[in-house]
Amino acid sequence: MDLKALIEAVNKGDITAAKAETQHAVEAGHNPQDILDKGLITAMDEVGENFSKGKIFIPQMLRSAKTMQECMKVLEPLFQEGSVTSKGKIIIGTVKGDLHDIGKNLVSMMMEGAGFTMFDLGVNASPERFVQKAQEIEPDIVAMSALLSTTMPSMRQTVEALKQAGIRGKVKVMIGGAPVTEKYAREIEADCYAPDAGSAVIKAKEILRIA
Amino acid sequence: MIIVGEKINTSRRNIAEAVERRDHSYVAEVAREQAEAGAHYIDVNSGACLEREVECLCWLVETVQSEVDLPLCLDSPNPRALSEAMKHHRGEPMINSISLEAERFQPLLPVVTSQPCHVVALCMGETAMPATVEDRVEVGSELINRLTDAGIPLEKIYVDPLVKPVSVDTGMGIATLGAIARIMNDFPGVNTICGLSNISFGLPERRLINRSFLALCLSHGLSAVILDPSDKKLMATLLAVEMILNRDEYCDNFITAYEAGRISDG
Repeated sequence: MDLKALIEAVNKGDITAAKAETQHAVEAGHNPQDILDKGLITAMDEVGENFSKGKIFIPQMLRSAKTMQECMKVLEPLFQEGSVTSKGKIIIGTVKGDLHDIGKNLVSMMMEGAGFTMFDLGVNASPERFVQKAQEIEPDIVAMSALLSTTMPSMRQTVEALKQAGIRGKVKVMIGGAPVTEKYAREIEADCYAPDAGSAVIKAKEILRIA
Repeated sequence: MIIVGEKINTSRRNIAEAVERRDHSYVAEVAREQAEAGAHYIDVNSGACLEREVECLCWLVETVQSEVDLPLCLDSPNPRALSEAMKHHRGEPMINSISLEAERFQPLLPVVTSQPCHVVALCMGETAMPATVEDRVEVGSELINRLTDAGIPLEKIYVDPLVKPVSVDTGMGIATLGAIARIMNDFPGVNTICGLSNISFGLPERRLINRSFLALCLSHGLSAVILDPSDKKLMATLLAVEMILNRDEYCDNFITAYEAGRISDG
């Protein structure tokens, strides 16, 4: 059996159908990593792209992400301890002085849907927090969100702090948020800027040169 | 119903560009248009100017007030921008806004008590955004108490219950509406205020959603609103709803607006 029905169910956000299809795929002999990569993640890539193109809206994106999470619950027991292959590790947080989390949460959810492992620092995360976590888990990407123009300077400070700690070269820095721009990303020497949760995934894969 | 005209905000590209090139007549025109459409305050926001926010905000204050004889709503989270802008402001401004956030409350309290002004009190807590009606009422009450203790009269306080998008959580509309009703009930004489556009973030047909939200806010007791007064359909909705809520004697405002061609259902 192919995974088309599963992909469609995730795209539609139909949790019942998607869980059933996941179960069928398992019973048909697909291995869990394949169901994840070629079924769930493939579906979420489509969801992200459709959102970026304005073909679907936030509620549909959320629903699909929730659907995928429910399917993961079916698959998780079938993976050997620690054997799920992740696309990479991402630290994400809203910067110091800023309590807005909606955008950050959407990005985090879509990155997870794409197969990344997320480490969410929450809101009001200082440069020191980002550095500390980066030293601890050695991420591929450090992602920062800000909704207030007055808190954007914290993004610059975090990039500086990563340099001071000698780890700037080991990570890619991605920034986003309503007042943030491509221009600002260049100014503070971030690696990239993403305007929404869908394009954040696309950009993440681009800068890490992965599919 | 107090109307704050929202258009002069550098998050709008044409405004940002006009501020960049110090285009007096462009900004003046936008101010005038809002004043003529019925705004009581003109909001000015130069957040997108980043490090140059302070000088841009002062320029906006002078430019707008050289054209319209209205008080302004000084819109910034930056205490220094607000205190500098107040020095250039003629009359009593509205300060948008103070909240319980650590980096905002302490620095801003002396600013809002330094001279007579109206204050928007945003229901943002110290460590997190409010989730429920109860969270909002708790933060709002705390803000009202601290501000009145500092000598600000209740009627000069405008509580903003914080509007979040329904696209992310379909309970966010009633969370805001419930908070408005509770605060108006718990503190008779206080004002409430909010902007409309957050509610529709992430959805299509935003204007429809925003004006529907306006109607609901009004029916829950909202006493002031930040909106685009040049949006005819929005203003027509405002007039119709105020009339239905028995705030328009002999339907006078509505009929006058109709006769002046300002009620457009087209």
